[in-house]
Amino acid sequence: MNVTYFPGCTLRTKAKDLDTWARASAKALGIELIEPDNWQCCGGVFSYAKDEIASKLPSVRALIAARDAGQPLVTVCSACHNVIKQTNHQMQTDPDFALRVNNYLAQDKEPTSYAGETKVLHFLELLRDTVGFDELKKKVVNPLTGKKIAAYYGCLLLRPGKTMQFDDPENPTIIEDFIRAIGAEPVIYPARNECCGGYVALEDPASAKKKSSAVSASAASHGADMIVTACPLCRYNLIKNGSELPVAYFTEILAEALGCKSSASAAESLGVKEAAK
Amino acid sequence: MTKNELKREQILRISGVNPRKCMKCGKCSGTCPSYDEMEYHPHQFVYMVETGDIEPLLKSQSIYKCLTCFACVDRCPRGVEPAKLIEAVRTIAVREKGANHMKPDDIPALLDDEMPQQAIMSALRKYSKA
Repeated sequence: MNVTYFPGCTLRTKAKDLDTWARASAKALGIELIEPDNWQCCGGVFSYAKDEIASKLPSVRALIAARDAGQPLVTVCSACHNVIKQTNHQMQTDPDFALRVNNYLAQDKEPTSYAGETKVLHFLELLRDTVGFDELKKKVVNPLTGKKIAAYYGCLLLRPGKTMQFDDPENPTIIEDFIRAIGAEPVIYPARNECCGGYVALEDPASAKKKSSAVSASAASHGADMIVTACPLCRYNLIKNGSELPVAYFTEILAEALGCKSSASAAESLGVKEAAK
Repeated sequence: MTKNELKREQILRISGVNPRKCMKCGKCSGTCPSYDEMEYHPHQFVYMVETGDIEPLLKSQSIYKCLTCFACVDRCPRGVEPAKLIEAVRTIAVREKGANHMKPDDIPALLDDEMPQQAIMSALRKYSKA
């Protein structure tokens, strides 16, 4: 199966592990991730002002690339997913916005138009809805048996719930189901869908510290061995602000379970002394 | 229309929020992770935009403390969507000439080796005009 894949700016640089192990795992699952030519950064955050048009064009162009290829658009970074999914929703539901975007597209060398036709899937949704967690379970060669893993959703995958349609925004299960599928034990803790502080880390690190340390403390106090996330900024904020638990990307534990990652390198990147067998 | 009324109209238009739907329960501020950092809290944004008390909001640092985490949006029992209103006030503030809250030249001093690009992009989008 072929899908269009939007890696985003951070996966090229500071979050290479999120990208590398998504690609390796997809390959092991028989999914080809095809990167469109000349994609541009999504902008990191969705602009809610209804008259912000030009800043959303990179997302629209990625959506068009997927539509023209007849494929869903797959994201793995929480921020890219949030921005692109919300932009697609605005193209579908806000005629004034769609008209203005299409006025730009009509001026392209090869004029085109777009009306929100593309299906946007997060890699986790691809695992749940396309591969299926039962099928994933069958492909696991190195189950993470006995490992207690806290899923950290943060905000961007879940909210706004009406638009993201990812899972129940207050009681999500998708990452816990994923954790079960790869043989580990999910840990439910209260702060799993609270904010890490996000981009204020740049200007007001004290504010980000307060939010992030509450999240990692909540996971630790509920008996987790490690935290997994899909967001480079969540991971940065948790680690930077003293999480006592290792924080990994969900793609790292997926690749480990699928046997695409040697247990030694997995242990090293997960920050644990001995990889779970 | 006075300048204040004009700004109020702009905020309502670009946010799409109707503050008159608010039943003043305070759940938005109760759930806000940045409550302690804010001079004006989410419920006050809703009330002050409704009554046209715009200038104090435009001048307050509170507009840069909102994380856009959307906890207030998803948890509001009346669908008021306070974060969209706060974003609209911030947008109107930074669109003034010379009013960017963060400039590209400010960035290098704020970085460390692990800071993801996502943080830089997001902060510039939130704090500056496009």
